[in-house]
Amino acid sequence: MQFTPEDVAGIAKLARLSLAEDKLAAFAGQFNDILGYMEELGQADTAGVEPLYGPVEQAPALREDVARKDYDRADILANAPRTDGTFFIVPKIV
Amino acid sequence: MSDLTALTLTQLRKELAEGRATCAAAVDACLDRIAATEPRLSALLAVPADEARAQAAARDAAGPDPAKPLWGVPLAIKDVICTKGLRTTCGSRILENFTPPYDAFVIRRLREAGAIILAKANMDEFAMGSSTENSAFGPTRNPRDLERVPGGSSGGSAAAVTARQAFGALGTDTGGSIRQPASFCGCVGLKPTYGRVSRFGCVAYGSSLDQIGPLTRTVGDCAALLQVIAGHDPADSTSADRPVPDYQAAIQARGDLQGLRIGLPAEYWGQGLDPEVEAACRGAIAAAEGLGAVAVPVALPHTKFAVATYYIVAMAEASSNLARFDGVRYGFRDTEAQELIEMYVKSRSQGFGEEVQRRIMLGTYVLSAGYYDAYYRKAAQVRRLIRQDFLQAFATCDVIAGPASPVPAWKLGALTADPLQMYLMDIFTISLNLAGLPGLCLPAGPGQDTGLPIGLQLFGPAFAEDLLLSVGAQLETALPRLGEPKGLA
Repeated sequence: MQFTPEDVAGIAKLARLSLAEDKLAAFAGQFNDILGYMEELGQADTAGVEPLYGPVEQAPALREDVARKDYDRADILANAPRTDGTFFIVPKIV
Repeated sequence: MSDLTALTLTQLRKELAEGRATCAAAVDACLDRIAATEPRLSALLAVPADEARAQAAARDAAGPDPAKPLWGVPLAIKDVICTKGLRTTCGSRILENFTPPYDAFVIRRLREAGAIILAKANMDEFAMGSSTENSAFGPTRNPRDLERVPGGSSGGSAAAVTARQAFGALGTDTGGSIRQPASFCGCVGLKPTYGRVSRFGCVAYGSSLDQIGPLTRTVGDCAALLQVIAGHDPADSTSADRPVPDYQAAIQARGDLQGLRIGLPAEYWGQGLDPEVEAACRGAIAAAEGLGAVAVPVALPHTKFAVATYYIVAMAEASSNLARFDGVRYGFRDTEAQELIEMYVKSRSQGFGEEVQRRIMLGTYVLSAGYYDAYYRKAAQVRRLIRQDFLQAFATCDVIAGPASPVPAWKLGALTADPLQMYLMDIFTISLNLAGLPGLCLPAGPGQDTGLPIGLQLFGPAFAEDLLLSVGAQLETALPRLGEPKGLA
C-alpha cells in the first residue's frame, strides 16, 4: 500500500503518539520506502516453516509464584511525575 | 607509572592486585583523561566522580582482595543498563530524570567483583540507531576521526574505551550495537549468546534479540569482563542455566589456529563491500591462515532477507516494550494534559525522539490486525531459516568470519536523512541476533585508504564464547595495530 499522511496519523493514534503535519508527510514517504523494502520477504519460501519467535528453544523456565517485597514503596514512587505519597496520581480518566 | 590509562584492563588489575598502583590513582588517571578528551568526544552522559573517588579510597584502605577479579577497575556502562542511585536515561528525554531504585544483574556482578562504575556512556536513544546520532543529549564523535560517527548504538561505550577514558565498558547488542561501534572505533566487542548474560535491569528494546556484552581494548580484557557478567539469573527467564567456562584458561590453552576451519560466507564477502574493508578483512583471514587456520567457503543464503526480517521483529518488539513509557510511574510527563489518554499522547510525543517514534509506529503497524501474518509471522518464519543457515554452516566450519560493516565509519550527518539507508548498513551484524548466536568483533587493522579502523567479526555456535575469545586472542597478535586514536592527538 501507499501511505498517506492520514494513514500515518492513524498509526500514530494506535501508538499513542501525535505528530506535526510536516512529520506526518515525511514519515509517509519513509514508511513507503521501508515497508516497500520489507515486502522483499514475500520472495522467501516459507511454506511449512514454523515461526521462530525467540532464539531459546528449550521450554521457558518456570518458578513458584511467590510474592516478594524487593523494593520500598518510597523508592518506587520517587521516579513518578506525580504521587500522593502512597499512589501514582494521573489526570482524570473519564 | 606515567599514565595508568595506557595499561590494558588485564595489566591494570595485576598492578592493583600486587599493590604497584592504587585504585585512587586508577580513577584519577581516568578522570584526567576524561577531562582532556570529553569536550571533543561527548562519549559520556554522567561521570559520578566523587562516588568513584570514594569507592577507590575505600578499596585502597581495605587492601587488595584476590577474590575480586576486577578489584579497583574503573568501567563505563552504556546508559541503558540500570545503576542504582545513578541516573539512567537510555539517551532519551523521556527518562532524563530517571534514577533506578536497583542495579541491573550485570552491575551487581561488577560491583561484587570490585569494579568501580566510573561513567554512564552515551547511546542512540533506546539503543535504536547505528551511529549514536540519535541520542537526545547530542552525538558522540569517533576518537579516530572527530568528523565521523563512532557507530552505534553503543557508540559512547566504544569511544570511551578507545579514548582510554575507562578500562572497559558494557554495551548492548540488539542488531550489532556492540560489534559495529567496536569496528568503527577500533576496539574489541563481544555479543554473547542469547541467554549467556542476564538482561535483568537492562531497559528492553527487542527482547528476543537484546544481549549485554563487553567492549574493551584487547580480547583478553573482553574475556575478563565476560567472566564476571556471564551466568544464570533466575530474574531473567531467558537466562541460560549452564556453567560458565574459564575464558582466560581457554585463551591460554590455545597456542595457534592449527586446523581451525574458518567459514567465509559468500554473502558477506561479495558485492557492496567497500574495497578497503574487504582488503583489511582478507588480510586478517590471511593472518589466520598464517597461524594454521583453513578458510572454507560456506553459505548463508537467507542473508538477503536479514535486514527486512530484523527490522520487522525489532520494531514489533520495540512498539510493545516502549508502551510502558506513559508518564505515570517514571519518566517525562506533559503537565498540561487534562485527561489520561491526552497525557499519554503528549508525554510520549514530546519525550521520544524521531527514530524511536518511527520504530514504534512501524512496529505498531506490522503487528496490527490484517498485517500481522504478512509481516511479523512471515519474518518469524524467515528467522528460522536464517538460524538454520548458521546451524548448517557450522557443520562444516568451526567459526564464521566476515566484515562487521560494509563501510568504515561515515561522517556525522551522512545518513540521518535516510533511515532505510542507515538500516541497510546493519546487513552483516543483524543475522547473528536473529539466530541468538555469539559474535566477537576485533580490529583487522587500519583501512589502506582512509586509515580508519576496520573490524572483523567471528561468529560461533551457541555458547562458544570460549572458542571465539581464544581464536580472537591468537589472531589479535598477528594483526596490524591501530595505535593511539588520531582524532585526539
